[in-house]
Amino acid sequence: MRGGLMVLEQIRTDNRVQIVFGLLTGIVFGFLLQKGGVTDYGVIIGQLLLTDFTVVKVMLSAVLIGMIGIYSMKSAGLVRLHCRVGSVGATVIGGLIFGAGFAILGYCPGTAAGAVGSGALDAAIGMVGIALGAGIFARLYPRLNRSVLNYGTFPADTIPELVGIREGIIVIVVAILIAGFLYMLTVLGF
Amino acid sequence: MTEWFMMASWSPYIVGAGIGILIWLAFLLSDRPLGCSTAYAKTAGMVESAISRKKSEMMPYYQKFTPTIDWQWMLIIGVLIGAFLSAYLSGTFTLLIVPPVFAAEFGTDPIFRSIVALLGGMVMGIGARWAGGCTSGHGISGTLQLSLASWVASICFFAGGILTAGLIFGFSFI
Repeated sequence: MRGGLMVLEQIRTDNRVQIVFGLLTGIVFGFLLQKGGVTDYGVIIGQLLLTDFTVVKVMLSAVLIGMIGIYSMKSAGLVRLHCRVGSVGATVIGGLIFGAGFAILGYCPGTAAGAVGSGALDAAIGMVGIALGAGIFARLYPRLNRSVLNYGTFPADTIPELVGIREGIIVIVVAILIAGFLYMLTVLGF
Repeated sequence: MTEWFMMASWSPYIVGAGIGILIWLAFLLSDRPLGCSTAYAKTAGMVESAISRKKSEMMPYYQKFTPTIDWQWMLIIGVLIGAFLSAYLSGTFTLLIVPPVFAAEFGTDPIFRSIVALLGGMVMGIGARWAGGCTSGHGISGTLQLSLASWVASICFFAGGILTAGLIFGFSFI
């Protein structure tokens, strides 16, 4: 077990190995996104118009399976969480700005790359736009960081911390809620 | 097996489960959540650095997100390749500039669609870095860790998106 963890740590800190892993992870991710149909402009806009729930089905299934695995591995001491604290000024305002861009572009940062791979050239222009936007944000960052980004910092990093109930119980409750929501979608005919 | 790779689409539940397992591997082998928007900030940093190395090194944001080719950056290249493989194998690869749903509402002018895509991308790029993540980093990787910020961000992504899409295309539920 201990030797295994040391090997794991070596892999994690080897930059050259990680560059290859990043590429491989991306290839599988892009393959799945394309097969799921979520690299399609019409599917994403359909989700935002609430006529096609493919995006939500993909996301919530990923959260359901991912959450169970990550929390199991965490309790076995194999992985650590990567949660950052949010704030009203950063998370809510940034989230709403992102949402507006999501609807105007019709792709998100990941699916835009997948859409380009599927032949959608408008997504390539969108990717240039996202990089420009990120650059604009970097220029504004010192000023925003002194003001709006730290406004209304959230009281906790995670939901279990916020409500003060054991992680395992929250995982089970969230898993049941997600499964229930997905089931409700099919009952409603989506 | 090969037939499976050649199918035009898979069940969204299977795809979602696959992404969930992929995130297990990212945490286990790379000690990272799977997020896509950091790569764009790094790319912007690379451009800034090419123009003036000194100036970009002075910018606090690029001290936080160093403009280097790493796991995050290669991820986006991989997504492009992976999606191409999927589309190519299923024979659905089609070059287009104006998606049909956009064309039905606003016509087939490629220049108009390009301007809208550029502006939409800029708004999204600002929002993603402002919120500290995107639909994958917050929407999937963050929410599955039960991160409070990620749940709030994801709700705001969809609230802003549903509102804006409704203003553009008309609300389907009214």
